[in-house]
Amino acid sequence: MPKVTINGREYEVPAGITVFQACELAGIEIPHFCYHPRLNIAGNCRMCLVEVEKSPKPVASCAMPVMDGMVIRTDTPMVHKARRGVLEFLLINHPLDCPICDQGGECDLQDLTLFYGPDHSRYRENKRAVADKYLGPLISTHMTRCIHCTRCIRFLTEVAGVPELGGINRGEHMEITNYIERALTSELQGNIIDLCPVGALNSKPYEYRARTWELRKTESVDVMDAVGSAIRVDSRGNEVMRILPRLHEEVNEEWISDRTRFAYDGLKYRRLDVPMVRRAGRLEEADWREAFRAIRDRLAGVPGERVAFIIGDLACLESMVLVRELAARLECPHVDSRQLGERLSGRVRVEHLFNPTIAGIERADLCLLVGTNPRWEAPLVNARLRKAWRLSGLEVARLGCPFDLTYPVDHLGDSPTILEAIADGSHPFARRLEKAERPLLILGTGAVARPDGAAILHLAWRIAERYGLVRDDWTGYGFLHHAAARPGALELGLVPAEGGRDVAAILEGAERGEIEVVFLLGADEIDATRLDGAFLVYLGTHGDRAAPHADVILPGAAYTEKNATWVNTEGRPQRGRLAVFPPGEAREDWKILRALSEALGRTVPLDNLGQVRARMAEINPALSLVDAISPAAWEPFGSPGPVQDEPFVSPIRDFYLTNPITRASRTMQRCSREILHGEPAAEEAEVA
Amino acid sequence: MSPRFPRRKPVGAMAPDVDHFSFTPENMAKAQEIIARYPEGRQASAVLPLLHLAQAQHGGWLPKAALDHVADLLGMPRIQVYEVGTFYDMFNLEPVGRIQVRVCTTTPCWLCGSDEVLRACRDVLGVEPGESTPDGRFFVREFECLGACANAPVMWIDDDYYEDLDYERAKRVLEAIARGDKPRPGPQSGRRGSMPAGGKTTLLFAEEGE
Repeated sequence: MPKVTINGREYEVPAGITVFQACELAGIEIPHFCYHPRLNIAGNCRMCLVEVEKSPKPVASCAMPVMDGMVIRTDTPMVHKARRGVLEFLLINHPLDCPICDQGGECDLQDLTLFYGPDHSRYRENKRAVADKYLGPLISTHMTRCIHCTRCIRFLTEVAGVPELGGINRGEHMEITNYIERALTSELQGNIIDLCPVGALNSKPYEYRARTWELRKTESVDVMDAVGSAIRVDSRGNEVMRILPRLHEEVNEEWISDRTRFAYDGLKYRRLDVPMVRRAGRLEEADWREAFRAIRDRLAGVPGERVAFIIGDLACLESMVLVRELAARLECPHVDSRQLGERLSGRVRVEHLFNPTIAGIERADLCLLVGTNPRWEAPLVNARLRKAWRLSGLEVARLGCPFDLTYPVDHLGDSPTILEAIADGSHPFARRLEKAERPLLILGTGAVARPDGAAILHLAWRIAERYGLVRDDWTGYGFLHHAAARPGALELGLVPAEGGRDVAAILEGAERGEIEVVFLLGADEIDATRLDGAFLVYLGTHGDRAAPHADVILPGAAYTEKNATWVNTEGRPQRGRLAVFPPGEAREDWKILRALSEALGRTVPLDNLGQVRARMAEINPALSLVDAISPAAWEPFGSPGPVQDEPFVSPIRDFYLTNPITRASRTMQRCSREILHGEPAAEEAEVA
Repeated sequence: MSPRFPRRKPVGAMAPDVDHFSFTPENMAKAQEIIARYPEGRQASAVLPLLHLAQAQHGGWLPKAALDHVADLLGMPRIQVYEVGTFYDMFNLEPVGRIQVRVCTTTPCWLCGSDEVLRACRDVLGVEPGESTPDGRFFVREFECLGACANAPVMWIDDDYYEDLDYERAKRVLEAIARGDKPRPGPQSGRRGSMPAGGKTTLLFAEEGE
C-alpha cells in the first residue's frame, strides 16, 4: 500500500486509486465537475487541480494515480489560484441566468463558484451561444449552460449502453448533441439530468414548475417495477413535483428508470377520489357508508366459495395482510395475486425470490435469462447485468424474448424444449454451465405465466441441481419479477388455498356464475369484461381498465400517499413513506379494508399500522426486517411435466405503460408514442 | 459588428439532400480492403479513410446518410461517426463546390500575405470565403494551419499545395485551374521545396565538392 502525504499528514492508501480518491479517503473535499465515481475518468473539467511535489504544474487529481511517497497539497495559494482560474474560464461562456435556471439551488457550478470562484467578472466580450437540442419528451436542454463535462455522454455510453449522445465539432465550437434531433431511446436517460452538474439538461415535465428549496423531501421506495429503487419524493403542497433517486448500493446504486422518475404525473390524472356505487347501471358518487352498505347487502348470504379476491401489481403489504385476514374471515379460498397466471406456488420462498441478489449479479460469470426482457421488466437489473459484462466479463445467454439488452447476448432460441435439453445435458450450453464458476439462471414472468410454467420451474430446479448453481456461498437461481406487489404477495402466501381458484379460474367462474362477488385490489392487468357477470368491488387509485366495470369503487392511496411496505424481487422489505395525502375521499388501502371488514360484521382486529405490521411478521418473519434479505432455503420446486414448444414472451409490451399510474401519465403516454412507436415529436426542437 | 461565428453557407440548390447513401461496388471493395488492414475488433479505426472514400464518391461532401452508412459498416454507434465527421474540417457536411480551395490564414501565412491570396480568390472566382461559385465548380474557404509555414502563404486545392503565393501567383494558379489546366504544385516562386528564398547560405562547400 502506497504511503502518501496529504496536506502534511501521512496516509496509507490502497494501490491503484487516484489522487482524488486518496484525498476523499483522507476526508478532504476536492471540487470537481466531470469526475463521477461510477463513470470512466475524463479529466476534462480541470476543476480538481491539486499541487503535487516535484510536479511543475498543478495536477488533475481525478486522472493521476497515487504513487508511493507522493506529497499532495490541496490548500496552497497555487491550488486556490488554479481553481479560481478554472472557474473563471468555465464562467466565460456560462450564462448568468441562475434566477431562471431549474438547477439553481442544487447546482455544482453555483456552489463551487461561491466557495472557490472569483467574485467578479473580468470578461467584456460576447458570450458564446449554443442552440438547444431536442432530446425527446423527458429531457429539456439549455445548451448554452453546458460546460462539456461529458458526464451525460459517458453515462449513456457506459452505464445505459445506448450511445446516442456525443460531442460534435471542436474546440470552442464543441456541442453536446445526439445530432439527429430525435428522442433518446434509453430507459435510464433521466439519470443524465441528475448527472449534469449545471442546468444544461433538465427534466422536461418538471421544468419551471418549482424551485428546489420549496420542496418537501420524503424518502420512499419505488413501485414501478419489482426492483424497489430507493427514491426521494419531492412535493410542494399536496402535489408530487418530481421523483429523484436515493443512493442504495445493493439495489439501484444511484440510478432510477424513467418510469420511476417520470410517471408521477399519472398520480394526478384519472384518480378515483370518491367512493362510487353502481345504481341503475351507472356509477354514481356515494359516501363511504353507502359504498360499504352496498357491498354488505350484496354479500349477505353469499358463501365464501362464491367470493374471490384478485390482487394487483402495486399493492402494498399492509393492504394485502388485510385482504388475507378478510378472506379468511369470509371463508373465501379464492385469493390470487398472480394476475398473469404465473405458476409460482408461493409456498417455496426460493422459487419466487431473486436469490443471488441484485448486487450479487456482479459476482456471476455466466448468466442464462429465461423468458425475460430485463431491460423493460427491471431496467436496473439490466444495468447491473451490463455492468457485470463490462467490468468482469459476464457472459449472457438467453431463451426467448429477443430484444437488444445493450450487451452481447447469446440467443439460444425461443422454445422451452431447449431448456429441457440443457437440463438433460444434451445442449452445448450445458458444457458452459459445467465450466462456469458462478453460473446464474434467471427466470422471468414470461417463463412461468403459461400453462407449462410449473414444468419449466421444475426444469430450472433440475438445472440448478445438476450444474451446481446452488452452493454455500452462491445461489445461482433467481426469479425476476416485473410487478412491485408480486414478491410481497407471494411472501404473504396470497395464492389460492386448498381447492381455491387461481385468476383464470376466478374469471371463468365469474362468467359461469359460480363466483358472485369479486374484490380487485388495484388489479388492472386482467380482462375485467369477463367479470361483468359478478358483483365487482374495485379498490384502487385509478379509473383504469377495471374500474369502469366495477359495481362499487373504493378510492385508495397511491404509493406516494401512504406509509406502506413493499418487498422487492430479492425479498427485501422496504418502507415507502407518505409524501402527500390521498386526493379527496381516498384513504389508505389497509384502513379501507379494515373499515369494510367491520361493516361486513367480520372485523379484522388490526387497528393501527403497528398491529398490521406485527401480523405481517407473524405470517412471515422475513417481512419484519426492513431493508434486509432473509435468504431462502434451497428446496425443490416446480412439478415435472411436459413443456410446450411455445416461445417465451415477455409480459411487458410497452415499457412506458405497465400499470394504472403509468397509463394515466401524460409523460409516459408521450414517451410510448414517440420513443417506442416512432411518432413525430409533438413539439419542434427549440431554436435558441 | 461582425458575427463572431461565421458559418459556412450551405449551397442547397447545388445538390439536394439525400436520404440514401451506399458505397458503389468498387468503393465497397476498397472499403473492405481498408477495413482488413486493422486487427479484428478494431475496425472502427477505418473510420477516417472510409469517410474520405465516401466523400470522394459523393462529390466532395458527406450527407448524414453517408455517415450512417460508414457507422453501420464498421459497427460503430452512429453518434461516434458524427463526432468524427464534425471534428475534422476536411469533411464537408454540406454541399460544396467540386474543386475545394482552402486558403491558410493562420498567423505565419497571414503575416506573409494570405489576405492577398483571398483577394485573388475573390477576384478570380467571385466568391467570399465559405462560399461556392454559383456554377458549383469551386468552393473557397479559410483553413487553419496547413503546416507549410516555411512556404507561406499557402493554398490547398484538392490534393495539392500551392506555396509561396502572392496576389499574382494565386491568381495565375486559380485561372489555370479554372481553365482546366493542372498547374505545377509546390512553390510558385521558383524555389525548390523550402530552400532559402534568397539562395543558399550554408552547405556551400558540399556544392563545390559535387
